[in-house]
Amino acid sequence: MNDYQEVLQLFMIYVILPLLTIGLLLTLWRLVRGPTFADRVVALDKLSVIAIGIILAYAIGLDRPVYVDIALIVAMLSFLTTVGFGYYIERRV
Amino acid sequence: MKRRPASVIFATGARYILPLMLLFAFFILLRGHNEPGGGFIGGLVVACGFALFALAYSVADARQILRVDPIQLIGWGLLLALLSGLLSLLLGLPFMTGLWPDFAIPAIGKVGTPTIFDVAVFLVVIGVVLNVVFSLAES
Repeated sequence: MNDYQEVLQLFMIYVILPLLTIGLLLTLWRLVRGPTFADRVVALDKLSVIAIGIILAYAIGLDRPVYVDIALIVAMLSFLTTVGFGYYIERRV
Repeated sequence: MKRRPASVIFATGARYILPLMLLFAFFILLRGHNEPGGGFIGGLVVACGFALFALAYSVADARQILRVDPIQLIGWGLLLALLSGLLSLLLGLPFMTGLWPDFAIPAIGKVGTPTIFDVAVFLVVIGVVLNVVFSLAES
């Protein structure tokens, strides 16, 4: 492990992960409070995007390449829920 | 395609993302024995791909592209699981003992009875999930 990699890992753990966590909490607040149903759907979609970011930052920070595959699966499947909710909203109106 | 899709962008995206999902599911299935993955997750990914296609076009189109009835997939999967367990009985070993050949297939690795069992789980999961999704979407 060289110097550059160590700096990158520390950056991921002490800077990126806390920032993403703050974003997660703000999105959670929107999910709970959201005045309309559409707000909550968008918040849920954003939650999964932040989750992808957290998984990738964790994979880099702790040197676990297996986690990248999990991020790939979440990225491919998370928009399915958004599409489903969109379908539901369209049919309800 | 008989019915006009709900959204052109989504329909085109679903057509391109379905083969990608099938490829990735196959990769997960083969990696399953020693690393995270396996038949269950792979089957779920395949089922999600077809559910996506059913949302973008229609359930009839998704059934047409799958070619086999999901219920048939459950039956074939259970039969395959039983066969992978019975194979060790023929050699005088306890039921469902894992048998591994000495040679390894390039790029895939050794294919033993646990691999066959994983493929069986893969088929059963695809069948069950797609059966539920298609029946719910049709009602």
